[in-house]
Amino acid sequence: MTDNAFGLIYTGESNMQLRDLTTSRSIAAVPFGGRYRCIDFVLSCMVNSGISNIGLITQKNYHSLMDHLGSGKEWDLNRKRDGLFILPPFVTKENTGIYKGTVDALRSCMGYVRRSPQRYCILSGSHTIYNTIYDEMLEAHIKNGADITVMYSVESSFSPDDQFDDLRLQTDDSGRVTDLEIDPYRPKSDFQSCDVFIIEKTLLEYLIEDAYSHADHDFIRDVLVKKVRSLKIYGYRYDGYVARLNSIGLFYKHNMALLDGSVRQDVFNGEHPIYTKVKDEVPARYGKGAEVTNSIIADGCIIEGTVKNSVLFRGVHVAKDAVVENSILMQATNVLEGGQLSHVVADKGVTVKRGRKIAGYDSFPVVLRKNMTV
Amino acid sequence: MRKKKLIAMLLAGGQGSRLGVLTNRMAKPAVPFGGKYRIIDFPLSNCVNSAIDTVGVLTQYEPLELNAYIGTGQAWDLDRNSGGVYVLPPYVKGSAGEWYSGTANAIYQNMSFIDRFNPDHVLILSGDHIYKMDYSDMLKQHIANGADATIAVLKVPMEEASRFGIMNTDGTGRIIDFEEKPKQPRSNKASMGIYIFKWEKLREYLILDENDEASQNDFGKNVIPLMLNNGCSMFAYSFSGYWKDVGTIQSLWEANMDLIREPPELDLYDKEWRIYSKSAIMPPHYVSADARVESSIVTEGSTVCGTVRHSVLFSGTQIGTGAVVEDSVIMPNARIADGAVVKKAIVGEGAVIGRGALVGCEPNESDPEYDTNLTGDITLIADMAKIEENRRVPRGMIVARNGAKTL
Repeated sequence: MTDNAFGLIYTGESNMQLRDLTTSRSIAAVPFGGRYRCIDFVLSCMVNSGISNIGLITQKNYHSLMDHLGSGKEWDLNRKRDGLFILPPFVTKENTGIYKGTVDALRSCMGYVRRSPQRYCILSGSHTIYNTIYDEMLEAHIKNGADITVMYSVESSFSPDDQFDDLRLQTDDSGRVTDLEIDPYRPKSDFQSCDVFIIEKTLLEYLIEDAYSHADHDFIRDVLVKKVRSLKIYGYRYDGYVARLNSIGLFYKHNMALLDGSVRQDVFNGEHPIYTKVKDEVPARYGKGAEVTNSIIADGCIIEGTVKNSVLFRGVHVAKDAVVENSILMQATNVLEGGQLSHVVADKGVTVKRGRKIAGYDSFPVVLRKNMTV
Repeated sequence: MRKKKLIAMLLAGGQGSRLGVLTNRMAKPAVPFGGKYRIIDFPLSNCVNSAIDTVGVLTQYEPLELNAYIGTGQAWDLDRNSGGVYVLPPYVKGSAGEWYSGTANAIYQNMSFIDRFNPDHVLILSGDHIYKMDYSDMLKQHIANGADATIAVLKVPMEEASRFGIMNTDGTGRIIDFEEKPKQPRSNKASMGIYIFKWEKLREYLILDENDEASQNDFGKNVIPLMLNNGCSMFAYSFSGYWKDVGTIQSLWEANMDLIREPPELDLYDKEWRIYSKSAIMPPHYVSADARVESSIVTEGSTVCGTVRHSVLFSGTQIGTGAVVEDSVIMPNARIADGAVVKKAIVGEGAVIGRGALVGCEPNESDPEYDTNLTGDITLIADMAKIEENRRVPRGMIVARNGAKTL
């Protein structure tokens, strides 16, 4: 059934709460889970659902994203028929190249949408991580005769600091959405959108043109929230693990959650692999005297010191007598002899000089900027 | 087709019978090595890193695994418009087909393939060595010498020289004499089985060799001696660095262990000379709170809950709680259950070692007789084999896929 759907992913979200992690990259390109980037998850979900036509709207800082995706071959999306279409902004008479919101962005890629032969569109953001296939959701969408179906998860905890495009659903017994709230001060519902929607292509085209002509800019705020009564919007509940990378705190929390076997099982489900760019790294190497416990270690790492409760991305080096605890070290972090890190998020290419000690807190991890030397 | 300066032909047809049950279902070049590679990744990556974009891979024995692995050649950047990697099995010509009867015959049967590219030179490689080598440097010397053939040689310890094909050279590096496994070696320059020939010349000699009924159609035994006798200009190219034949259980185990040494004997971290391979699509590996990993290499997709010392873990392996793995090579997706102990063993792909089983333990009197000719003191578990709970597999034993011990 999902072969009658195409994917449309919007990657222009700007979230200041991820601080230094997003100064040089879009949220979609934020590294996650030892070897992945955010975008890998939604892309893999679509591919594993049998979708082979995917458009990816880019806006800001999309170089690292394009470098990561290339021709799409790692996702099996370098096809003659359909495949991966990267849709960067462009300037024409009626398009300024700068999107004020998702409506503008979607409108600028209507050419791609019009040419897509599939009937249904799976419209998604790029900063929510989960591992599923969309078959059942589409089935429910058709069975309900819905105009739009929103995937949601049940989130009982709430912290205003982590709020970012927080869309809450209230539904009736049949699953139909009766009210939508965005970034509510006191959420009335635990049902939080996973930022993925199913909508028929022709309806999407109509809604975007309609919103544009009414000078509306945001698909969620101006279209969904306002039209919640006139459109038949249904919720689709997802019970698996959902990670929303809305803030440094959540980024830290969700990476650390992978140390839990059941979360790992859910996110890296063997039947639905998560694809990513292949880097041809060497297997990880443990030196004499290495002490590693409860950690995720990617290929290319060299560990001679101690690593506890941490996530190490590809090519991290932990020298002798160095101690890394409760930390997330991204690609090619280099911790020299005697360095000590605790509750640290190190972006790519950080060097920690001999004997330097850095410690944050569980609720406030220290973030080290890309390519920085401590 | 654009004319090529040099194309490579990789001999990958060998069964590798000395690797025992490891090659029951796949040819030797497809045998996993070093955590995430297969043996053939080394010559293929060397080709790509030496700017050779056309490689013919000659297969014959159990080609399925190898064919599936090579695919379009994309993993090595060998999916090219002009050139790329070609898998070349024997085929029926006219009314009859023929298997490859020897290394030279395999090339002879594929002359029309080579002619398509009309190369000046042909590089002949074998698919059973682990090494990093810049073939373009060898080609440079070959061209500068104006040689008909250039043979890569490695200086081996004099006492081992009688196990190799030995080249005796004059002061300029020109080969004056070739001896296959000499009793009294006069030099320690051993042939590495890597040759560059002028294609024109090789073509001529392949036809000569084919017409000789007595010939075994082998490069080392027939073609090279014949060319030498006929006064062809042949030079030795000296290679120094890591080079290991992994044709036996012992040498395969040793070569894996060489990667663990500090510093490793073979540097795989060289960004300028990457060894490419087809990656398994798996998450990074996980080491549990009770685990202990030391002096080892571990690959993506693995889960380690036990103790691992001085071992190589391939992708997707699982080491259970309380299990101990020492001095061993655990191939992809093998599972060592809780409390099992594996010492100095090679465990094949997807094999399962049951709870509390002892692999590579001290033999005792109640053990059945078994032959350790192939293995020495290394215990070998075939791919997909299942070792039942608490079973003992004494040192040097081979356990085949169906669980029966092979003698």
